[in-house]
This record gives sequence, structure tokens and C-alpha cells, in this order.
Amino acid sequence: MGEKIEHLEMRGITKRFPGVLSNNKVNIQLKTGEVLAILGENGAGKTTLMNILYGLYQPDAGKILLNGKSVRINSPSEAIELGIGMVHQHFMLVPTLTVCENVILGLSKNFFMDLKTAAKRIKEITDTYGLAINPDAYVWQLSVGEQQRVEIVKALYRGANLLILDEPTAVLTPQEANDLIQLLKNMSEKGNSIILISHKLNEVMAVSDRVTVLRDGEVCADVNTRETSQEELARLMVGRDMAPCRREGAFSPGKPVLELQDVFARGDKGTDALAGVSLRIREGEILGIAGVSGNGQKELAEVIAGLRKTSRGKIVLNGKESTQMSPSRIIEQGLGYIPEDRIHVGTIPSFSIWENLILKDHHQPPFTKHFLLQNRTIMSHSSSQVEKYGIKTPTLETPTGRLSGGNIQRVVLAREITRKPVALVAAYPTRGLDIGATEYLHSKLLEARSNGIGVLLISEDLEELTNVCDRIAVLYEGRIMKVIPVEEADERILGLLMAGIAEEAQVQA
Amino acid sequence: MDGVMSADIIVIILATGIRLATPFLLAALGEMFVQRSGVYNLGVEGIMMMGAFAGFYATLQLGTPLLGIAISLAIGALMGLIMAVVSVTFKAEQGISGIGLYMFGWGLSGLLFRLYVGGVTSIDGLKPIAIPLLSNIPIIGPVLFNHNGLVYTAFLLVPLSGLILYKTSWGLNVRAVGNKPEAADTLGVSVVRIRYECLILGGMLAALAGAFLTIGQANMYADNITAGRGFIAIALVYFGRWSPWGILLGSLLFSMADSFQSMVQVLGINFPYELAVILPYLVTIIALAISYGRVWAPAALGKPFQRGTRG
Repeated sequence: MGEKIEHLEMRGITKRFPGVLSNNKVNIQLKTGEVLAILGENGAGKTTLMNILYGLYQPDAGKILLNGKSVRINSPSEAIELGIGMVHQHFMLVPTLTVCENVILGLSKNFFMDLKTAAKRIKEITDTYGLAINPDAYVWQLSVGEQQRVEIVKALYRGANLLILDEPTAVLTPQEANDLIQLLKNMSEKGNSIILISHKLNEVMAVSDRVTVLRDGEVCADVNTRETSQEELARLMVGRDMAPCRREGAFSPGKPVLELQDVFARGDKGTDALAGVSLRIREGEILGIAGVSGNGQKELAEVIAGLRKTSRGKIVLNGKESTQMSPSRIIEQGLGYIPEDRIHVGTIPSFSIWENLILKDHHQPPFTKHFLLQNRTIMSHSSSQVEKYGIKTPTLETPTGRLSGGNIQRVVLAREITRKPVALVAAYPTRGLDIGATEYLHSKLLEARSNGIGVLLISEDLEELTNVCDRIAVLYEGRIMKVIPVEEADERILGLLMAGIAEEAQVQA
Repeated sequence: MDGVMSADIIVIILATGIRLATPFLLAALGEMFVQRSGVYNLGVEGIMMMGAFAGFYATLQLGTPLLGIAISLAIGALMGLIMAVVSVTFKAEQGISGIGLYMFGWGLSGLLFRLYVGGVTSIDGLKPIAIPLLSNIPIIGPVLFNHNGLVYTAFLLVPLSGLILYKTSWGLNVRAVGNKPEAADTLGVSVVRIRYECLILGGMLAALAGAFLTIGQANMYADNITAGRGFIAIALVYFGRWSPWGILLGSLLFSMADSFQSMVQVLGINFPYELAVILPYLVTIIALAISYGRVWAPAALGKPFQRGTRG
């Protein structure tokens, strides 16, 4: 381990990838005890910049200065050596190993592992920062929040005093996120420096001392958090004024279009992932499903779409029981489906845009006549869709997998909404999308609502749910904790319900 | 009289079963390390053939089985290295490259045999080493403690492999690399290096399994002497759920059934012989069907590692 990092500077960092200038003369600075937030939309170059600092990429130009001295960081192990630790957005933990084994992985130079000494040092670290972790637990047994703490312990164990966190709250419940923010403050007070990559304005405001805003690979602002506001940051990040999409117009739902009655279904592990879910979605309403992912959301969406068998209970779609229907019958019956995995389930990535756009209707007129695809009809249909939904693509023949996440989602959305479904299931439709794309998706969902479609929106983003939904149901361990009208839903109550605490939420509500 | 005969036969069946388990144990333990690191090497059979020939030929020329073993190990390491270059460095589809390695080993060993040896030639192989005192215990002695060195080696490798896998830093690296290589990579564990090491180790053990057949059992070489044992060893890794003790259980189950069926033929025991011959394979298939569970497999098995991509 090198000397303590008192001061970090990245100066004039430029990084090109084929066809993209990912970082252009980026400068950032950070001193000990400071929390720096790097804010920007997807593709703004945040992660590239941090991967350069962590030694995963080499910059084409520019240099990194630690305590005023220029350093070259060629690999993650060199970064660790210098005292830089990184908590990746997708955790870098081996689920089949214990906490202790994960922490010492790559460190031990002795032939035999010394797990006892390691466990003792882990305990020292967790005591210092008030983290509760059992070193002997297997990682797959831990909650997402606990796994994140293991990642932090892993970095501290390696002597990191500069910690990079990549979108750390994306996967946490609001309470867990608050705990994390407390922990980060505590760590910075104890003399650690922290870089927080985020596009969530509220947490940037809550925890950082300074904010560097990146847009299209360039620094467009570097401000003290105390002297700025969420609105200003949003404007800087997107480059124009933002007005969050909100539902408008009276809430006048019609007849039920999708009903679940006491539905049970097994998850991939064979246990009940859905344990008695009852829901009713009516014409012209958006029903939100809140909850920490892994509490049955995936199974819920799949059961409705006919991709997973129910073990008990009944589903009624558009007035007909669809429990035993095949997926294609369910589609005919009027269900639109925006799956969680938009790349591999929502589309076929190697297929062209036009192929993906007609994927659900290619076998019937007007796209097929006498067993032959009607190219002219398909192409004119596809190009009008591309235009209408603003899909950015070089040609209609481009494989969908080459598009950005936001554009792939537009392809899925175009296909699903154009089919005029009576009900639409959208699972995490904005996950991983930037503000612009998210805003577009919200406007389309709201448009579907005003066209009388019943929408089921599964999300872990509470702001999204409270902005667009009419009612919110909280899913916890396969059960609906409660369904509340959006007017009564605030972050705290939803958070408690998401953690499975029903009574308290009621008492305090 | 009849009763005494049965007791003798049982001792012979058990002792033979222990001996027959050796090649499965060696090859399967090697393959276990390979798969634990995230690669599956279907070329085990081909490496075994090369190991069998190399051990045989070196013993024939140099007159000592120990040198035969050493050269066989070297050939095995080389074959493992070839698999590593193809499947780890060049990231070729592992199933196809493994089958390629199998065909390469098969063809080359047969060719070399025809070029340099030709006909049936016998060698002085390994001699049984009776363990003092222990080998005198009735029944247990002849069953367990009167075998050649490779048999003891194979059985000692079972606890040793467990120790290496679960108690050493290298074993931790292997388990991490096979389950989540990108995590190991960010911590400075070289995924490529660990996979190379495992493939070379696996190659050496597969070659040793082959050498056992020529030096430690038949004392000669014949075409296709391995008779599919390399593929059965791979099946045993799945059956044993990637654990040394599970592999031991599977190897014994198979070899005992095999020993029983050969005794049925040799001694003319009143048991349908056609059924006896298929017995070992039947046992394996049934055991695999019952025990197979993807849950236990290393998560990154069969996936080439490329930095910067996410599974």
C-alpha cells in the first residue's frame, strides 16, 4: 500500500473508442475527506473516466496525479496498491464464496489461506464504521444492501482511502440508500475520499461536497453542492430545461382489463415466488408495482404474459380467463409486454430493426400474404415507426443489438403500443436509461393511459412510480403488502412496505 | 465350500474394483480442477490415449516405469497447454476444441504406435507394493493395501484435492475464477493464468490415468485402450458435483459394477452376461439422471472470459 491519498487530480483526460469520443480533456480534483459526485447521463463518460482511474482503461491523453505526483495505473491491482478502491454497479462478488473468502481473494500470498486472521481484521473494519456483516456467511445468502457493504469492506481491507462508487443506490431500498449515505458521510469524516458516480440528483445533493457534471464526454460544470440546486444540476446534465413527466387529467378508470386472483407461481429455485397475488387493473389507469427486485416482480410479469405457469389462482385478461392460455393466445387477447430484459427478451439482438418491429405480427396480414413477407408494406410500416418513435438508427437493416439501450426500448415500445393492447405490462422499462429517454418513455406510458390502456408498471424507482402511477401496490416476498392511491404514497411509507413492515407503515401513516 | 468360494470372489471383485477406479479418479479429479476454473475439456480421452502410449513407449525404451510416468506427465501437460491456448487465449468454443483434442490424441497415439511399435509388445510395468502389516489384515488387506503406487496415488489425491480446493489460496482463486471471473479479475487474480494452470494440471492427471492403463494394468499398449474412460471421467465430475468426495463415490460405483461384470464373465457366475456388461454404464446413466443438478455447476463453466463484457 502506498502513502495516503491527500489529493487526486485527473488532468486533460481524453479517451477515444471507435467512433466515440468518450472523454474529452476532462479535469477532476479531489482532496482528502471530500465527497465528489460525478453527475451525467448515460454515455456522458462517467464510467469510462472511473475505469481509467481504476486502471481498467488507459487514457489516450492526459495524466493522473496523486499527491502532486504523476502516476500510471495499468491495472486494477495497481490502483488497489495506490489506495484506490472501487465498488462496481454490478457487484464483483463471487456468490458461492463466503464474505471472508471474497474479501481476501487475490490477496493471500501464502499457500494456505488464513481465514481466522482475515475474519479478525474484517471485524475491526466493520466495527470502525458500524457495518454489520458476518464474515462466514455465503454471499448468495446476503441481501443486496449487505453485499454492497461487503464490497466496501473489501476495498477498505485492501487499504483503500479513495473509494469510487458507481451508481451505488440503484439497487437499494430507500432505507438502505439512506443507510449508505450515512455510511459515506461517516467514512469521509474519518479521512477517506469518495467519488460517487450518479445520475440521481437527490442523492448527489444529500451526500456530496462538490459536483462535477459531465455531458458528452466533457466537463460542463464543477460546482460546490451547497451553492447549487437540483434544478440547476438537471439543466447542466441534460443541457436544457427539464420538466418531469406527471400524469394529468382526471383519474377516471373504466372496466377492469386485467385481473389476478390469488395467483401462486414458483420461481426458478422452485419456491413460491408469487404467494397469493390479487390485483385489478382498469382501463385508463397505471398501476405501479413497487418493491425491491427479486420479490416476485419478474415472475409476476411472466405469469401474466403466459411465460411462466401459475400453480394456483386465476388470471382474467380482457374478460376472458387467460390462466392456461399460450403466450401467443395472450398476445391475441390484447396484452402488450415490455420485458425486463429488453435486449434478449424484448428483441432478438441480431435481427434488424424492421424484423423486430413486426416480430409479433409478421405471420398475418398486412405483413404476410400467401406465406410471403410483404416487403414493401413492412418497410413503409417500419420507417414510419422509426420516425414516429424517434428511433436513432443508421438504417432499418441495422441489427437491433447495436442500438443504445434507449433506442432498443423505443423499438420495443413502438411494437407493443402500435398493436393497440388493452393491457400493457412494463417491467423496469426505464432501468438503465438516461433522463431524456426516461422522460420519453413516461410520456408514452401516460399517452397509453389516456388512450384507455390499462398499464401495469413494475419499477424500483419510487420517484417514477409516484410521478406516473394512479395507484401503487407494494410487492414483498411474493405478496402484495398493500395497494395505495398515489396521493397517499410517500417515500417513507413505500420504503417500509418494501422492507416488509406493514403494521408500522399503517400506524405511522 | 460354496460359501468360501463366494467370500474369495467378493475379495477379488472388491480389489479389482479399487484398482479399476484408479484411471477414473485421476482423470476426473484433473477435470474437476479444469471445470472449477470455468473450462470444460472434452479432450480428456485423447490426452489419456497419448499418456497411455507415451508411458508405454518410454517404459519399453528406457526400461523403467517411473520414467514412463514422468514422460507421460510431460505429454499430458503439453496437451493441456494446447487446450489452454485454443480455448483460453483464442477463446474457441470449448466443446468443439475439446473434441478436436480428443481426435488429435486418438489419431496421433495410434499412428505413433503403428510407426514405432506395430504389434503386441509387453513391458515390465509397475509392481504391487504390499503395505507392511496393513496388507496382512484379512479381506481389507488384499482389497485395499496390495496395489501398485498409482492406485495409492489416485486415492490419496482425493483428500489432497479437497485440501487444495478449499484451504489454499490457489484453490480459492480457482473457485472464484470458475464462478465469477470478472470479480477475480478486478482483484488482480489472473483468470487466464489460473485457467492455464488448471488445464495443464488436468492434462497431467489425464495422461497419468492413461499411463496407469498401460504401465499399471495391462503392461502393453493396444488401440483404443482407454475405451471411453475419459468421457466417463467427465460424466463422473458432473455426478460428483465438482467435489473430490463425490467423484470418489462415483468412481467406486462405476468401477465396482465394472469389476462385478468382468467377474461374471470370467468365472461364469449365474447372471445374464449381456446384462452384466451394460451394468456399469447403466449405473452411471441412472446415477447421473438422479443426481444431475445445474445448481452445483461453476457458474462460468464453458464461458470464455473477456475483460469488459458482462455475462
